[in-house]
Amino acid sequence: MTPDTTLQLTDYLFYFFALLAILSGGVVVFSRNIVHSAFSLMFTLFAVAGLYVLLNADFLAVTQILVYVGGILVLILFGVMLTNKIVDVQIKTGNIHILPASIITAIIAGTLCGVFTLTDWFVVPDAGAPVAKSTASHIGEALITNYVLPFEVASVVLLVAMIGAAMIARREKKK
Amino acid sequence: MEQFLTSLLGDTIWVHIIMGALPLVFILPYALVTIYLEMKIAAHMQDRLAYMRTGWHGTLQPFADILKLLQKEDTIPTAADKILFLLSPYIVFTGTYAAFAVLPFSKAYIGSDLNIGVFYIVAVSSLVVVGLLMAGWASNNKWSLFGALRSAAQIVSYEIPSAFAILAVIMITGTMSLNSISDFQSSGIQNWLIFGGPFPMGKKLLLFPFMLIMFVIYYVASMAEVNRTPFDIPEAESELVQGYNTEFSGMKFAMFYLSEYANLFVVSAIVTVLFFGGWASPFGTFMSGPGWDAFWFITKGMFFVCVNIWLRWTLPRLRVDQLMYVSWKVLTPFALFCVLAIGLIVVW
Repeated sequence: MTPDTTLQLTDYLFYFFALLAILSGGVVVFSRNIVHSAFSLMFTLFAVAGLYVLLNADFLAVTQILVYVGGILVLILFGVMLTNKIVDVQIKTGNIHILPASIITAIIAGTLCGVFTLTDWFVVPDAGAPVAKSTASHIGEALITNYVLPFEVASVVLLVAMIGAAMIARREKKK
Repeated sequence: MEQFLTSLLGDTIWVHIIMGALPLVFILPYALVTIYLEMKIAAHMQDRLAYMRTGWHGTLQPFADILKLLQKEDTIPTAADKILFLLSPYIVFTGTYAAFAVLPFSKAYIGSDLNIGVFYIVAVSSLVVVGLLMAGWASNNKWSLFGALRSAAQIVSYEIPSAFAILAVIMITGTMSLNSISDFQSSGIQNWLIFGGPFPMGKKLLLFPFMLIMFVIYYVASMAEVNRTPFDIPEAESELVQGYNTEFSGMKFAMFYLSEYANLFVVSAIVTVLFFGGWASPFGTFMSGPGWDAFWFITKGMFFVCVNIWLRWTLPRLRVDQLMYVSWKVLTPFALFCVLAIGLIVVW
Protein backbone atom coordinates (compact mmCIF):
# COMPACT_ATOMS: atom_id res chain seq x y z
CA MET A 1 0.00 0.00 0.00
CA THR A 2 1.56 3.28 -1.07
CA PRO A 3 0.92 6.22 1.21
CA ASP A 4 -1.43 8.83 -0.15
CA THR A 5 0.77 11.80 -1.03
CA THR A 6 -1.96 14.35 -1.70
CA LEU A 7 -2.51 16.83 1.11
CA GLN A 8 -5.48 15.96 3.29
CA LEU A 9 -7.39 18.27 5.59
CA THR A 10 -5.46 16.89 8.55
CA ASP A 11 -2.18 17.71 6.82
CA TYR A 12 -3.19 21.33 6.44
CA LEU A 13 -4.21 21.32 10.10
CA PHE A 14 -0.83 19.88 11.04
CA TYR A 15 1.03 22.63 9.19
CA PHE A 16 -1.28 25.25 10.70
CA PHE A 17 -0.64 24.04 14.25
CA ALA A 18 3.08 23.58 13.65
CA LEU A 19 3.42 27.08 12.23
CA LEU A 20 1.36 28.55 15.08
CA ALA A 21 3.51 26.75 17.66
CA ILE A 22 6.77 28.00 16.11
CA LEU A 23 5.62 31.57 15.53
CA SER A 24 4.05 32.05 18.95
CA GLY A 25 7.02 30.31 20.54
CA GLY A 26 9.20 32.86 18.79
CA VAL A 27 7.12 35.67 20.27
CA VAL A 28 7.51 34.11 23.74
CA VAL A 29 11.28 34.17 23.40
CA PHE A 30 11.88 37.40 21.52
CA SER A 31 9.16 39.72 22.83
CA ARG A 32 10.41 42.55 25.01
CA ASN A 33 7.11 42.79 26.84
CA ILE A 34 6.83 40.03 29.42
CA VAL A 35 3.01 40.11 29.35
CA HIS A 36 3.02 39.55 25.59
CA SER A 37 5.37 36.62 26.13
CA ALA A 38 3.02 35.11 28.69
CA PHE A 39 -0.05 35.47 26.48
CA SER A 40 1.82 34.18 23.47
CA LEU A 41 2.65 31.08 25.48
CA MET A 42 -1.07 30.30 25.43
CA PHE A 43 -1.03 29.99 21.63
CA THR A 44 2.04 27.77 21.79
CA LEU A 45 0.39 25.47 24.30
CA PHE A 46 -2.80 25.33 22.26
CA ALA A 47 -0.93 24.55 19.06
CA VAL A 48 0.91 21.71 20.79
CA ALA A 49 -2.43 20.40 22.06
CA GLY A 50 -3.64 20.50 18.46
CA LEU A 51 -0.64 18.43 17.41
CA TYR A 52 -1.50 15.89 20.13
CA VAL A 53 -5.01 15.63 18.71
CA LEU A 54 -3.58 14.89 15.27
CA LEU A 55 -1.50 12.14 16.90
CA ASN A 56 -4.78 10.62 18.16
CA ALA A 57 -3.84 11.40 21.76
CA ASP A 58 -7.09 13.10 22.74
CA PHE A 59 -6.74 12.71 26.50
CA LEU A 60 -3.21 14.07 26.47
CA ALA A 61 -4.30 17.07 24.40
CA VAL A 62 -7.12 18.01 26.76
CA THR A 63 -4.90 17.46 29.80
CA GLN A 64 -2.32 19.73 28.19
CA ILE A 65 -4.89 22.52 27.89
CA LEU A 66 -6.32 21.95 31.36
CA VAL A 67 -2.99 21.79 33.20
CA TYR A 68 -0.88 24.22 31.21
CA VAL A 69 -3.40 26.84 30.04
CA GLY A 70 -5.87 26.51 32.91
CA GLY A 71 -3.31 26.09 35.66
CA ILE A 72 0.26 27.05 34.95
CA LEU A 73 -0.38 29.85 32.47
CA VAL A 74 -2.93 31.50 34.75
CA LEU A 75 -0.41 31.24 37.58
CA ILE A 76 2.28 32.84 35.40
CA LEU A 77 -0.11 35.62 34.40
CA PHE A 78 -1.01 36.28 38.04
CA GLY A 79 2.66 36.45 38.91
CA VAL A 80 3.45 38.75 36.02
CA MET A 81 0.48 41.05 36.55
CA LEU A 82 0.79 41.42 40.29
CA THR A 83 4.48 42.25 40.08
CA ASN A 84 4.95 45.93 40.70
CA LYS A 85 5.96 48.15 37.78
CA ILE A 86 6.13 45.26 35.38
CA VAL A 87 5.99 47.49 32.32
CA ASP A 88 9.09 49.43 33.33
CA VAL A 89 11.26 46.36 33.69
CA GLN A 90 13.63 46.02 30.77
CA ILE A 91 13.97 42.37 29.90
CA LYS A 92 17.38 41.46 28.62
CA THR A 93 17.11 39.58 25.38
CA GLY A 94 20.76 40.09 24.55
CA ASN A 95 23.33 37.32 24.42
CA ILE A 96 24.73 36.20 27.76
CA HIS A 97 26.27 32.87 28.74
CA ILE A 98 26.74 31.92 25.11
CA LEU A 99 28.91 28.86 25.73
CA PRO A 100 26.80 27.00 28.36
CA ALA A 101 23.62 27.93 26.48
CA SER A 102 24.88 26.51 23.20
CA ILE A 103 26.09 23.31 24.89
CA ILE A 104 22.71 22.72 26.55
CA THR A 105 20.86 23.55 23.35
CA ALA A 106 23.08 21.19 21.37
CA ILE A 107 22.42 18.36 23.86
CA ILE A 108 18.65 18.91 23.68
CA ALA A 109 18.70 19.16 19.89
CA GLY A 110 20.82 16.01 19.67
CA THR A 111 18.44 14.10 21.93
CA LEU A 112 15.43 15.23 19.92
CA CYS A 113 17.08 14.31 16.62
CA GLY A 114 18.11 10.95 18.07
CA VAL A 115 14.56 10.19 19.22
CA PHE A 116 13.24 11.39 15.88
CA THR A 117 15.46 9.11 13.80
CA LEU A 118 15.52 6.05 16.07
CA THR A 119 11.76 5.74 16.71
CA ASP A 120 9.69 3.40 14.56
CA TRP A 121 7.06 5.77 13.25
CA PHE A 122 3.72 4.36 12.24
CA VAL A 123 3.18 6.64 9.30
CA VAL A 124 0.20 4.79 7.89
CA PRO A 125 -1.81 2.72 10.36
CA ASP A 126 -2.58 -0.86 9.35
CA ALA A 127 -5.84 -1.01 7.49
CA GLY A 128 -7.00 -3.95 9.59
CA ALA A 129 -5.84 -2.71 12.98
CA PRO A 130 -8.63 -1.18 15.07
CA VAL A 131 -8.05 2.48 15.81
CA ALA A 132 -8.64 3.21 19.48
CA LYS A 133 -11.60 5.57 19.81
CA SER A 134 -10.32 6.99 23.06
CA THR A 135 -7.12 6.75 24.99
CA ALA A 136 -8.66 7.77 28.32
CA SER A 137 -9.69 4.29 29.50
CA HIS A 138 -6.33 2.77 28.53
CA ILE A 139 -4.46 5.52 30.36
CA GLY A 140 -6.68 5.00 33.41
CA GLU A 141 -6.08 1.26 33.38
CA ALA A 142 -2.32 1.71 33.04
CA LEU A 143 -2.25 4.22 35.90
CA ILE A 144 -3.84 1.88 38.43
CA THR A 145 -2.08 -1.32 37.32
CA ASN A 146 1.49 -1.04 35.98
CA TYR A 147 2.20 2.53 37.01
CA VAL A 148 0.40 2.72 40.33
CA LEU A 149 3.59 3.49 42.29
CA PRO A 150 4.73 6.49 40.16
CA PHE A 151 1.14 7.71 40.18
CA GLU A 152 0.92 7.61 43.97
CA VAL A 153 4.38 9.13 44.40
CA ALA A 154 3.39 12.01 42.12
CA SER A 155 0.21 12.58 44.11
CA VAL A 156 2.16 12.65 47.40
CA VAL A 157 4.65 15.12 45.90
CA LEU A 158 1.77 17.36 44.82
CA LEU A 159 0.18 17.12 48.27
CA VAL A 160 3.47 18.11 49.92
CA ALA A 161 3.81 21.05 47.52
CA MET A 162 0.26 22.13 48.30
CA ILE A 163 0.80 21.99 52.07
CA GLY A 164 4.07 23.89 51.64
CA ALA A 165 2.36 26.59 49.60
CA ALA A 166 -0.36 26.93 52.24
CA MET A 167 2.27 27.17 54.98
CA ILE A 168 4.17 29.92 53.18
CA ALA A 169 0.99 31.82 52.42
CA ARG A 170 -0.20 31.62 56.03
CA ARG A 171 2.98 32.83 57.64
CA GLU A 172 2.18 36.00 59.49
CA LYS A 173 4.40 39.06 59.50
CA LYS A 174 6.48 39.64 62.62
CA LYS A 175 6.21 43.11 64.03
CA MET B 1 -26.38 14.70 11.05
CA GLU B 2 -22.81 14.51 9.85
CA GLN B 3 -23.66 11.53 7.65
CA PHE B 4 -26.63 13.38 6.23
CA LEU B 5 -24.48 16.39 5.36
CA THR B 6 -21.81 14.15 3.89
CA SER B 7 -24.37 12.46 1.67
CA LEU B 8 -25.68 15.87 0.65
CA LEU B 9 -22.40 17.65 -0.04
CA GLY B 10 -19.88 14.86 -0.40
CA ASP B 11 -16.84 14.52 1.81
CA THR B 12 -15.78 18.15 1.60
CA ILE B 13 -14.62 20.72 4.09
CA TRP B 14 -18.08 22.34 3.90
CA VAL B 15 -19.52 19.51 5.97
CA HIS B 16 -17.20 20.41 8.84
CA ILE B 17 -17.81 24.13 8.43
CA ILE B 18 -21.59 23.70 8.57
CA MET B 19 -21.32 21.34 11.54
CA GLY B 20 -19.15 23.87 13.30
CA ALA B 21 -21.39 26.84 12.53
CA LEU B 22 -24.70 25.27 13.62
CA PRO B 23 -24.40 26.15 17.33
CA LEU B 24 -23.97 29.79 16.30
CA VAL B 25 -27.41 29.60 14.68
CA PHE B 26 -28.68 28.63 18.11
CA ILE B 27 -26.62 31.07 20.23
CA LEU B 28 -27.69 34.29 18.48
CA PRO B 29 -31.49 33.91 18.84
CA TYR B 30 -30.97 32.36 22.28
CA ALA B 31 -29.00 35.41 23.45
CA LEU B 32 -31.71 37.78 22.17
CA VAL B 33 -34.44 35.84 23.96
CA THR B 34 -32.46 35.50 27.18
CA ILE B 35 -31.50 39.16 27.38
CA TYR B 36 -35.17 40.07 26.94
CA LEU B 37 -36.22 37.46 29.51
CA GLU B 38 -33.62 38.63 31.99
CA MET B 39 -34.78 42.23 31.81
CA LYS B 40 -38.46 41.28 31.99
CA ILE B 41 -38.08 38.78 34.84
CA ALA B 42 -35.90 41.21 36.78
CA ALA B 43 -38.40 44.00 36.29
CA HIS B 44 -41.42 41.97 37.34
CA MET B 45 -39.58 40.66 40.41
CA GLN B 46 -38.98 44.27 41.39
CA ASP B 47 -42.55 45.31 40.57
CA ARG B 48 -41.57 47.25 37.44
CA LEU B 49 -42.56 46.81 33.80
CA ALA B 50 -39.21 47.05 31.93
CA TYR B 51 -39.34 47.61 28.17
CA MET B 52 -42.82 48.64 27.03
CA ARG B 53 -42.28 51.04 24.10
CA THR B 54 -40.52 49.03 21.40
CA GLY B 55 -43.03 46.59 19.98
CA TRP B 56 -45.57 44.60 22.01
CA HIS B 57 -44.31 44.65 25.62
CA GLY B 58 -40.92 45.71 24.32
CA THR B 59 -40.25 42.54 22.34
CA LEU B 60 -38.22 44.47 19.75
CA GLN B 61 -35.87 45.91 22.37
CA PRO B 62 -33.08 43.31 21.92
CA PHE B 63 -33.00 44.10 18.18
CA ALA B 64 -32.81 47.80 18.93
CA ASP B 65 -29.95 47.10 21.36
CA ILE B 66 -28.07 45.16 18.68
CA LEU B 67 -28.53 47.96 16.14
CA LYS B 68 -27.23 50.42 18.70
CA LEU B 69 -24.19 48.29 19.50
CA LEU B 70 -23.41 47.85 15.79
CA GLN B 71 -23.42 51.59 15.20
CA LYS B 72 -21.49 52.52 18.30
CA GLU B 73 -18.02 53.95 17.94
CA ASP B 74 -15.38 51.35 18.67
CA THR B 75 -13.10 53.18 21.06
CA ILE B 76 -9.66 51.93 22.04
CA PRO B 77 -8.07 53.76 24.98
CA THR B 78 -4.77 55.39 23.99
CA ALA B 79 -2.94 53.80 26.90
CA ALA B 80 -4.31 50.34 26.12
CA ASP B 81 -2.20 47.46 24.92
CA LYS B 82 -3.67 47.51 21.43
CA ILE B 83 -2.99 43.96 20.23
CA LEU B 84 -4.24 42.28 23.38
CA PHE B 85 -7.17 44.69 23.58
CA LEU B 86 -8.29 43.73 20.07
CA LEU B 87 -7.68 40.04 20.63
CA SER B 88 -9.31 39.48 24.03
CA PRO B 89 -13.04 39.50 23.08
CA TYR B 90 -12.38 36.87 20.44
CA ILE B 91 -10.38 34.69 22.83
CA VAL B 92 -13.19 34.80 25.39
CA PHE B 93 -15.85 34.00 22.81
CA THR B 94 -13.74 31.20 21.27
CA GLY B 95 -13.41 29.59 24.69
CA THR B 96 -17.16 29.71 25.20
CA TYR B 97 -17.99 28.57 21.69
CA ALA B 98 -15.54 25.68 21.83
CA ALA B 99 -17.65 24.13 24.58
CA PHE B 100 -20.62 23.92 22.19
CA ALA B 101 -18.65 21.39 20.12
CA VAL B 102 -19.49 18.58 22.50
CA LEU B 103 -22.98 19.61 23.69
CA PRO B 104 -25.46 16.91 22.61
CA PHE B 105 -28.41 18.97 21.38
CA SER B 106 -30.05 15.75 20.28
CA LYS B 107 -29.06 12.12 19.86
CA ALA B 108 -28.62 12.95 16.18
CA TYR B 109 -26.85 16.29 16.50
CA ILE B 110 -23.66 16.63 18.47
CA GLY B 111 -20.76 18.59 17.02
CA SER B 112 -18.23 15.97 17.97
CA ASP B 113 -19.09 12.99 20.16
CA LEU B 114 -15.75 13.08 21.94
CA ASN B 115 -15.13 10.25 24.32
CA ILE B 116 -13.72 12.79 26.77
CA GLY B 117 -16.51 15.35 26.33
CA VAL B 118 -16.96 16.68 29.87
CA PHE B 119 -13.22 16.81 30.45
CA TYR B 120 -12.88 18.78 27.22
CA ILE B 121 -15.44 21.36 28.41
CA VAL B 122 -13.62 21.80 31.73
CA ALA B 123 -10.39 22.33 29.79
CA VAL B 124 -11.57 24.81 27.16
CA SER B 125 -13.27 26.96 29.76
CA SER B 126 -9.75 27.83 30.92
CA LEU B 127 -9.42 29.74 27.66
CA VAL B 128 -12.09 32.10 28.98
CA VAL B 129 -10.00 32.74 32.09
CA VAL B 130 -6.97 33.70 30.01
CA GLY B 131 -9.16 35.87 27.75
CA LEU B 132 -10.58 37.73 30.75
CA LEU B 133 -7.09 38.32 32.16
CA MET B 134 -6.05 39.56 28.73
CA ALA B 135 -8.99 41.99 28.59
CA GLY B 136 -8.31 43.29 32.08
CA TRP B 137 -4.61 43.77 31.48
CA ALA B 138 -4.96 45.30 28.02
CA SER B 139 -7.43 47.94 29.24
CA ASN B 140 -4.62 49.41 31.36
CA ASN B 141 -7.06 50.44 34.02
CA LYS B 142 -7.07 49.37 37.65
CA TRP B 143 -10.76 48.51 37.77
CA SER B 144 -10.48 46.31 34.72
CA LEU B 145 -7.40 44.56 36.07
CA PHE B 146 -9.00 44.01 39.47
CA GLY B 147 -12.12 42.67 37.82
CA ALA B 148 -10.12 40.30 35.65
CA LEU B 149 -8.00 39.04 38.54
CA ARG B 150 -11.06 38.50 40.74
CA SER B 151 -12.82 36.74 37.90
CA ALA B 152 -9.89 34.44 37.21
CA ALA B 153 -9.40 33.63 40.91
CA GLN B 154 -13.09 32.88 41.23
CA ILE B 155 -13.31 30.65 38.17
CA VAL B 156 -10.17 28.72 39.10
CA SER B 157 -11.41 28.18 42.68
CA TYR B 158 -14.87 27.04 41.74
CA GLU B 159 -13.54 24.67 39.10
CA ILE B 160 -12.57 22.33 41.94
CA PRO B 161 -16.03 21.58 43.41
CA SER B 162 -17.58 21.51 39.94
CA ALA B 163 -14.93 19.04 38.77
CA PHE B 164 -15.78 16.81 41.76
CA ALA B 165 -19.46 16.89 40.84
CA ILE B 166 -18.59 15.95 37.25
CA LEU B 167 -16.32 13.21 38.57
CA ALA B 168 -19.19 11.69 40.55
CA VAL B 169 -21.32 11.47 37.42
CA ILE B 170 -18.42 9.95 35.46
CA MET B 171 -17.97 7.31 38.17
CA ILE B 172 -21.62 6.31 37.91
CA THR B 173 -21.93 6.32 34.13
CA GLY B 174 -18.42 5.12 33.32
CA THR B 175 -18.09 7.51 30.39
CA MET B 176 -17.10 11.09 29.77
CA SER B 177 -19.03 11.46 26.52
CA LEU B 178 -22.00 13.79 27.04
CA ASN B 179 -24.02 11.81 24.53
CA SER B 180 -23.45 8.52 26.38
CA ILE B 181 -24.24 10.16 29.74
CA SER B 182 -27.58 11.32 28.30
CA ASP B 183 -28.21 7.89 26.82
CA PHE B 184 -27.50 6.32 30.22
CA GLN B 185 -30.44 8.26 31.69
CA SER B 186 -32.93 7.72 28.87
CA SER B 187 -36.26 5.88 29.15
CA GLY B 188 -38.03 7.92 31.75
CA ILE B 189 -37.74 10.60 34.40
CA GLN B 190 -37.05 8.01 37.15
CA ASN B 191 -33.71 7.19 35.49
CA TRP B 192 -32.29 10.70 35.68
CA LEU B 193 -29.16 10.83 37.76
CA ILE B 194 -30.63 13.39 40.15
CA PHE B 195 -33.07 10.60 41.16
CA GLY B 196 -30.30 8.04 41.46
CA GLY B 197 -29.99 6.81 37.89
CA PRO B 198 -31.25 3.57 36.31
CA PHE B 199 -30.39 1.26 39.19
CA PRO B 200 -32.42 -1.12 41.40
CA MET B 201 -34.50 0.57 44.07
CA GLY B 202 -32.10 0.17 47.04
CA LYS B 203 -29.10 1.58 45.21
CA LYS B 204 -31.22 4.42 43.83
CA LEU B 205 -32.37 5.44 47.30
CA LEU B 206 -28.79 5.39 48.57
CA LEU B 207 -27.53 7.47 45.65
CA PHE B 208 -30.39 9.99 45.64
CA PRO B 209 -29.30 12.21 48.60
CA PHE B 210 -25.70 12.37 47.42
CA MET B 211 -26.69 13.19 43.85
CA LEU B 212 -28.96 15.94 45.17
CA ILE B 213 -26.05 17.47 47.11
CA MET B 214 -23.79 17.10 44.08
CA PHE B 215 -26.37 18.88 41.93
CA VAL B 216 -26.55 21.80 44.36
CA ILE B 217 -22.74 21.95 44.54
CA TYR B 218 -22.41 21.91 40.77
CA TYR B 219 -25.14 24.49 40.30
CA VAL B 220 -23.60 26.91 42.81
CA ALA B 221 -20.13 26.40 41.33
CA SER B 222 -21.42 26.90 37.79
CA MET B 223 -23.08 30.14 38.82
CA ALA B 224 -19.73 31.32 40.11
CA GLU B 225 -18.02 30.23 36.91
CA VAL B 226 -20.26 32.42 34.77
CA ASN B 227 -19.65 35.41 37.08
CA ARG B 228 -23.27 36.10 37.84
CA THR B 229 -24.86 37.41 41.02
CA PRO B 230 -24.47 36.35 43.85
CA PHE B 231 -20.96 35.73 42.50
CA ASP B 232 -20.59 38.84 40.36
CA ILE B 233 -17.83 40.49 42.36
CA PRO B 234 -15.65 40.64 39.19
CA GLU B 235 -17.99 43.31 37.91
CA ALA B 236 -19.26 44.71 41.17
CA GLU B 237 -20.55 48.07 39.95
CA SER B 238 -20.18 49.79 43.30
CA GLU B 239 -16.47 49.01 43.45
CA LEU B 240 -15.18 48.32 39.96
CA VAL B 241 -17.40 50.27 37.51
CA GLN B 242 -17.97 47.27 35.23
CA GLY B 243 -14.96 44.99 35.78
CA TYR B 244 -12.89 43.60 32.96
CA ASN B 245 -15.08 45.00 30.18
CA THR B 246 -15.20 48.59 31.42
CA GLU B 247 -13.19 49.98 28.50
CA PHE B 248 -14.87 47.99 25.75
CA SER B 249 -17.55 49.45 23.52
CA GLY B 250 -19.49 48.57 20.41
CA MET B 251 -19.17 45.08 19.04
CA LYS B 252 -16.29 44.17 21.35
CA PHE B 253 -18.54 44.76 24.33
CA ALA B 254 -21.25 42.80 22.53
CA MET B 255 -18.82 39.87 22.17
CA PHE B 256 -18.27 39.80 25.94
CA TYR B 257 -21.99 40.06 26.54
CA LEU B 258 -22.78 37.32 24.03
CA SER B 259 -20.09 35.12 25.49
CA GLU B 260 -21.46 35.60 29.00
CA TYR B 261 -24.92 34.49 27.93
CA ALA B 262 -23.57 31.64 25.80
CA ASN B 263 -21.56 30.49 28.81
CA LEU B 264 -24.72 30.61 30.89
CA PHE B 265 -26.35 28.19 28.48
CA VAL B 266 -23.29 25.93 28.45
CA VAL B 267 -23.33 25.47 32.23
CA SER B 268 -27.11 25.01 32.25
CA ALA B 269 -26.75 22.42 29.49
CA ILE B 270 -24.08 20.60 31.47
CA VAL B 271 -26.36 20.55 34.53
CA THR B 272 -29.06 19.14 32.26
CA VAL B 273 -26.81 16.43 30.88
CA LEU B 274 -25.19 15.47 34.16
CA PHE B 275 -28.27 15.31 36.36
CA PHE B 276 -31.44 15.70 34.29
CA GLY B 277 -31.10 13.29 31.40
CA GLY B 278 -29.78 15.62 28.70
CA TRP B 279 -31.86 15.17 25.57
CA ALA B 280 -33.76 12.22 27.06
CA SER B 281 -37.52 12.66 27.20
CA PRO B 282 -39.00 12.47 30.73
CA PHE B 283 -41.71 10.11 29.43
CA GLY B 284 -39.50 7.29 28.15
CA THR B 285 -40.14 6.62 24.47
CA PHE B 286 -43.13 8.97 24.37
CA MET B 287 -42.20 12.28 22.70
CA SER B 288 -38.69 11.12 21.84
CA GLY B 289 -36.91 11.26 18.53
CA PRO B 290 -34.27 13.57 17.02
CA GLY B 291 -36.55 16.63 16.94
CA TRP B 292 -38.08 16.02 20.36
CA ASP B 293 -34.61 15.40 21.78
CA ALA B 294 -33.52 18.87 20.73
CA PHE B 295 -36.78 20.24 22.17
CA TRP B 296 -36.19 18.60 25.57
CA PHE B 297 -32.54 19.58 25.66
CA ILE B 298 -33.23 23.23 24.95
CA THR B 299 -36.26 23.32 27.26
CA LYS B 300 -34.32 21.87 30.18
CA GLY B 301 -31.37 24.13 29.42
CA MET B 302 -33.61 27.20 29.29
CA PHE B 303 -35.27 26.17 32.55
CA PHE B 304 -31.92 26.30 34.33
CA VAL B 305 -31.06 29.57 32.60
CA CYS B 306 -34.31 30.99 34.04
CA VAL B 307 -33.51 29.61 37.51
CA ASN B 308 -30.18 31.39 37.23
CA ILE B 309 -31.90 34.66 36.32
CA TRP B 310 -34.32 34.19 39.20
CA LEU B 311 -31.45 33.68 41.68
CA ARG B 312 -29.55 36.60 40.23
CA TRP B 313 -32.34 38.99 41.05
CA THR B 314 -33.07 37.43 44.45
CA LEU B 315 -29.73 37.14 46.19
CA PRO B 316 -27.33 39.89 47.23
CA ARG B 317 -23.68 39.85 46.19
CA LEU B 318 -21.09 37.99 48.27
CA ARG B 319 -17.94 39.60 49.61
CA VAL B 320 -14.59 38.35 48.30
CA ASP B 321 -13.73 36.50 51.52
CA GLN B 322 -17.20 34.94 51.69
CA LEU B 323 -16.77 33.83 48.09
CA MET B 324 -13.56 31.98 48.88
CA TYR B 325 -15.07 30.61 52.09
CA VAL B 326 -17.99 29.10 50.18
CA SER B 327 -15.71 27.47 47.64
CA TRP B 328 -12.92 26.10 49.81
CA LYS B 329 -14.56 25.46 53.17
CA VAL B 330 -18.10 24.51 52.21
CA LEU B 331 -18.40 23.19 48.67
CA THR B 332 -15.05 21.38 48.37
CA PRO B 333 -15.28 19.30 51.61
CA PHE B 334 -18.90 18.35 50.88
CA ALA B 335 -17.97 17.44 47.31
CA LEU B 336 -15.04 15.30 48.50
CA PHE B 337 -17.27 13.45 50.95
CA CYS B 338 -19.94 12.89 48.29
CA VAL B 339 -17.38 11.58 45.79
CA LEU B 340 -16.22 9.07 48.40
CA ALA B 341 -19.76 8.01 49.26
CA ILE B 342 -20.88 7.73 45.64
CA GLY B 343 -17.75 5.75 44.82
CA LEU B 344 -18.50 3.26 47.61
CA ILE B 345 -22.14 2.91 46.54
CA VAL B 346 -21.18 2.39 42.89
CA VAL B 347 -18.63 -0.29 43.79
CA TRP B 348 -21.08 -1.99 46.14
